[in-house]
Amino acid sequence: MNTASRAITLRSIFFLLPSWILLLIFFIGPILLTFYFSFTDLALTGAQAQQMAFVGFDNFIEMFQDPNFRISVTKTILFLFISAIIGQQVLGFLLAYLMKEKNTTFRRIIGIVVIAGWVTPEIVVAFCWVAFLNDSGTLNAILQSFGLETITWLYTFPLISVCVANIWHGTAFSMLVFQASLDDVPKTIEEAAMIDGASKLQILIRIILPTVKGSIVTNMILVTLQTLGVFTLIYAMTGGGPGTSTQTLPIFMYNQAFVNYQLGYGTAISLVLLLIGVIASLFYIRSMKVQI
Amino acid sequence: MDRNIGKKVLLAGLLILLILFTAACSNSDSDAGSTDKENDPKKAKNNELTITFRSGGSTNQGLINWLNDMVIPKFNEENPEVNVQLSPLEVSEGDYFAKVALLLQSEDTAPDIVTEDTFMVNSDASAGYLEALDDRIESWDGWDKVTDTVKKGVIAEDGNIYGVPYNTDTRGLWYNKELLADAGVSVPWEPKNWDDIINAAKAVKETFGDDVVPMWMNSGKATGEATSMQTFEMLLYGTDDPLYDYEEEKWIVKSDGLVDAFKFIDTIYEEGLGPNLSQVLNGQGSSIAYQQLMPEGKLAIGLDGMWQTGNWHENGSAPWPEFEDKLGFAAMPTQDGNDPGTTSMSGGWALSIPAKSDNKDLAWEFIKMASTPEMNLELQLNDRNISPYKEVAENPKYQELPFFEEATSFLENTNFRPAVDKYPNVSTVIQSLVEQVVTDAISPEEAAEQYKVQVTEIVGADKIMEK
Repeated sequence: MNTASRAITLRSIFFLLPSWILLLIFFIGPILLTFYFSFTDLALTGAQAQQMAFVGFDNFIEMFQDPNFRISVTKTILFLFISAIIGQQVLGFLLAYLMKEKNTTFRRIIGIVVIAGWVTPEIVVAFCWVAFLNDSGTLNAILQSFGLETITWLYTFPLISVCVANIWHGTAFSMLVFQASLDDVPKTIEEAAMIDGASKLQILIRIILPTVKGSIVTNMILVTLQTLGVFTLIYAMTGGGPGTSTQTLPIFMYNQAFVNYQLGYGTAISLVLLLIGVIASLFYIRSMKVQI
Repeated sequence: MDRNIGKKVLLAGLLILLILFTAACSNSDSDAGSTDKENDPKKAKNNELTITFRSGGSTNQGLINWLNDMVIPKFNEENPEVNVQLSPLEVSEGDYFAKVALLLQSEDTAPDIVTEDTFMVNSDASAGYLEALDDRIESWDGWDKVTDTVKKGVIAEDGNIYGVPYNTDTRGLWYNKELLADAGVSVPWEPKNWDDIINAAKAVKETFGDDVVPMWMNSGKATGEATSMQTFEMLLYGTDDPLYDYEEEKWIVKSDGLVDAFKFIDTIYEEGLGPNLSQVLNGQGSSIAYQQLMPEGKLAIGLDGMWQTGNWHENGSAPWPEFEDKLGFAAMPTQDGNDPGTTSMSGGWALSIPAKSDNKDLAWEFIKMASTPEMNLELQLNDRNISPYKEVAENPKYQELPFFEEATSFLENTNFRPAVDKYPNVSTVIQSLVEQVVTDAISPEEAAEQYKVQVTEIVGADKIMEK
């Protein structure tokens, strides 16, 4: 290495230093702390709040024996599958596909409508849906005006209710991602296929989908990670209840840490949540055989 | 070339903006300090006293009135320079304790006085959040006036005193005389066992159908400690199996009583004798029941505390002049009428000083002023709870309050929550299991099974026993 390039390296290190330090303090530090706390019996109140002890893998053993943890994992997977993978991803793609090459005004109007759900803050979305699904909410008012029985939606179908709300809130993101990548599919290939007599469905499956495979994976990962972390929406709509019926892992973690006062156990759950996110991402990348 | 100049101008502009912003931010701090000294926490700390308690949904309206109308004016007479600030937490009962624990962890956020439910005193004290008051109490003549049983609630396992109680309570069955009479239940109602309660509720359901909620018990996680104490423990302590065995110093994690208590709750909801889940699992459940349904004549029986009368008097949150004639307050019977025939639970609240308060001496002066029999009488006239002072209990003004005779008589067979570390954690297990039973996620037997597993996990295998 010559002097000039060494000077450049030094200079770039110097300029990168502030961001490294910030990352270390606000990102790496908390992660390491989480890792450490998850092996302790740190509590919010009681003697362990003052003097925590290292408990090894106790938190994790407790977790895997805890029936509520198993319930939460099931609920998380259901929530993820229904609201993210099926709901947002498929609906988002469908919207983008149907809007492809349509007239600009039409695209713009539909786009604004869908994106309105996305730009609305999560807590507002939650309140809108509570107002809509509530005992005396809009939906029941509509049912009543048709002479139908009212349903306590948030108590009879709690998981479906939060899934629908999450789909409404998040679909725009998938739609935007797919819109961008669908525009990149070369028109010439499509036209060539059409001349060869391929049907619309064949073009979609054989040409468009393989071309946008990369975006599907990226979007799947982003949507999965986003959905795994959804807390506000569920907590404000149902509080994780009734009972445990919408208690996904973030809610379970919050309950253990801040309702049951077991901070150590709570952080252990958050670590598992992180692992699930990593595993899911790796799985997508592997199964679709793409490079990111 | 032109584009480069444009970029430079833009960069310079951004830099200037950045500098202006940072300057503005830092300025606001120092300016506030020099121009408005009273707002600077460091300089004004000895003149400001903050009090934290739970509010929201008209909770603690009686306490707020009392502080604003009585205690603070009197305190300001002697300490005119002190600015007493109420800093209420508008949260559900379930969230209050976690919020308080977080507040008390830092000097920047800790108030100077905090209201503590006595069941949290032990655990907040062992966490180091509260200031031991022993030395201060020694040189104070007010402490002897407090009833001895109530004092136990504020003494932690280390033997120190961490708060001055301002109320205690009992629980029983509120019932609407007219509704029960119309349903063919004889009034005054004196249920002798759990079956009597269920039968009365069934009679109400048969008579009024969906127009009246036959029986209300707090049943959700959101209502927090109210679910554990007003519902589950009121039932459990009517069986022969309490939560904790003081002789063995162990938690009873398996007993017939546990299964039966869960079964009773399950029966109420299975038979459609309870309210809608959307009402009862709500954090504001108690307000819905006692500020709306009961005054509207839409609730027949409610298992709850005597403080609910605080809602209905003329300064309450839901004034209801006829409540004295319309309602009755029956003692909660034991399961089969087994000895002593009735049961109740008592808790209470205390004023404590956080260990990280920056104004402890003044806080103690305030607590002393608020903790006299005269002041406490005023509180109970507003808040309608049982006074921890013998003198107040003998006062005719207090004795004449509606339902105080009944409520005080329940003290005879009352029980206290286990005053041991980990009770708060066990309590949250109870809340979550009750909600799961109510929503049919698990059966009463499964709930009892899970209670054993989860409580063992919390207290340790060496501190449990089966019966």
